[in-house]
Amino acid sequence: MREKPHDPLTGRLGKPLISIVAWSVLAFLVLPILVVVPLSLTSGTLLTYPLPGLSLRWYAEFLGNPVWLAATRNSLALATGVTLLATPLGTLAAFGLVRPEFPFRQSVTALLLTPLLVPLIIVAVASFLAFSRVGLSGGYLSLLLAHTALALPLVVITVLASLRTLDPWFERAAATLGAMPAQTFRRITLPLILPGVASGALFAFVTSFDEVVVALFLGGPEFRTLPRQIWSGVRESITPTVTAAAVLLVLLSLLAMAAVEHMRRQAERSRMAGIGGAP
Amino acid sequence: MSASWATHQTLLAAVRRSGRARSLRAALLVAPAAAFLAIVFLVPIIGFMLRSVDNWEVPEALPRTSVTLADWNREGLPNEAAFSSLVLDLRALDGASAAALARRLNYSRTGLRTLILKTRASADAIEPEKARAALPALDSQWENQDVWGTLRNESSALTPFFLLAALDLSRDAAGAIHPSRDGALYREVFLRTFGISAAVTSFCVLLGMPLAFYLAAAPTKVASLVLALVLLPFWTSVLVRTTAWVILLQGQGLVNQLLLGLGLIAAPAKLIFNRIGVYVAMTHVMLPFFVLPLYGVMRRVPREHLRAAASLGAPPLLVFRKVYLPQILPGVMAGALLVFVTSLGYYITPALVGGPSDQMVSYFVGFFTNESVNWGMAAALGSLLLAAVVGIYVALAGPANINPARTV
Repeated sequence: MREKPHDPLTGRLGKPLISIVAWSVLAFLVLPILVVVPLSLTSGTLLTYPLPGLSLRWYAEFLGNPVWLAATRNSLALATGVTLLATPLGTLAAFGLVRPEFPFRQSVTALLLTPLLVPLIIVAVASFLAFSRVGLSGGYLSLLLAHTALALPLVVITVLASLRTLDPWFERAAATLGAMPAQTFRRITLPLILPGVASGALFAFVTSFDEVVVALFLGGPEFRTLPRQIWSGVRESITPTVTAAAVLLVLLSLLAMAAVEHMRRQAERSRMAGIGGAP
Repeated sequence: MSASWATHQTLLAAVRRSGRARSLRAALLVAPAAAFLAIVFLVPIIGFMLRSVDNWEVPEALPRTSVTLADWNREGLPNEAAFSSLVLDLRALDGASAAALARRLNYSRTGLRTLILKTRASADAIEPEKARAALPALDSQWENQDVWGTLRNESSALTPFFLLAALDLSRDAAGAIHPSRDGALYREVFLRTFGISAAVTSFCVLLGMPLAFYLAAAPTKVASLVLALVLLPFWTSVLVRTTAWVILLQGQGLVNQLLLGLGLIAAPAKLIFNRIGVYVAMTHVMLPFFVLPLYGVMRRVPREHLRAAASLGAPPLLVFRKVYLPQILPGVMAGALLVFVTSLGYYITPALVGGPSDQMVSYFVGFFTNESVNWGMAAALGSLLLAAVVGIYVALAGPANINPARTV
């Protein structure tokens, strides 16, 4: 089955060459992120190798510092709010957009996705000026609204993708068997697209949790998020505490990425099973 | 016949009704999200763009003067009514509005700040009927036709002033447009922004094509490892990745330590706060956005086509050029376009790893908002940037293809 003549594209020499280039590019992508992790564990005060010794002192510093803790709390509260707002709004919109009879489907989809295209600085400055006009200057509420606008398209795209792969036979079968539309939705459709909705929610959470440009302009002096705190750290001087905070952000991204990948695989598997079992 | 025709019509109407009901239901599902984005996102952005031509300060502060000057044909000095209106308008201003007016007029003509504040301070002592003689006596600039020309330029509700300034142009007192005296300040910033984006795009294509190709051709186990390694930076925040580069590239950073240790350089190289740092960090941030979609495109190219071409005797380079490239080119172009337009709007990466001469348009939008509080200028630069991003994207990708920047 798997006889291996020379690859028709790369020939005999090309293949090892491409592997070397590809792994070098991978090293360029991954190593900078990994290099930060040991630095946050240094027992010294400088961010240079070799490390004088390992310690958790900078994480202790992070956890003992009320400024960092407040920033973490703010970021968690903000990202949670954004997720709770963007997920239902985006999911409902995806349900409407997936229907072929939806009027002006293409234009409305494009409109819902524009926040992905507009440079963040313009979102930041425009909402700063508009929100302060109506008395919403700085703080949780203004950031909640702006971040939800940024996260909404990601929920729409993710849920739309999982709705498009949904086998219409399941819903038709349920209807044939006498299920009411609401029942079909609750028992058939929702469980099938739940991984898509959950992925969208995670995208929304991470988008808000990582965002710094809008947070810089809209947060005001009183509402500092974790990325904003890291930003000021990098601008002034990078201490190992800043790297500890950065590592915590990386860990959170890793968790979200693993969860989304896990759900994607599960959805793929259940779809395969569905195709196998379809009449 | 007529009965069946009637039935047909009734049925048709029923189908149409149910179709309408269904599209209404679909529209109702989309309505909350669309309304939310319209209010929270579109309205602020449109309002922001309007600020680039909005000129409320001068007509609001000098209502009578603005009306009188509208009739002036710019020949000689304006009539006596203009002089007396100005005195009346200045008398009515409180301190804060006078300061705002003086600052705004000073953007258009240096020296007007002092002139306005000085004239306002004496306005109460000047009788409006004698203003034609009293104002030039107070300051000879009031006999300068160009001062009145500038006042007239800025006294209409809409002004091209900021948009012109963002393109290094200005309007003289006679209303003609010229290159501004400060030289090609913002044109250089725009060119730099396009240049950096183009460079980052070509780096992404150069590095991303082999990686995506390797990923698409790798056996499943290797491919899922490689994919995970591409997804890690994709999910990691831009700020954290930029921070990592600041740590790596600084004077005593790991890269310099490595180069010194290998004897490749004698003294630490300057790798950050210059263009090198911007290229390296921005390429690092954008690369996954190029590789992931291209990987999807490459995976869909049927291997049989390539094998067929090879079995017909085509050498690898010919297979690549004639069979493979045409099939992946749309993916390469789409990825490059995404990288290019996203790079145009970059803010934090150049701010953290670039020097003063590496800042892109976004930086100046932020600067005029926060530091010099010149919102007209921020809006003008922002509007031009947004027009470039949306214009290039829609022209090249089509309006319906606004694509996920952060999805797999």
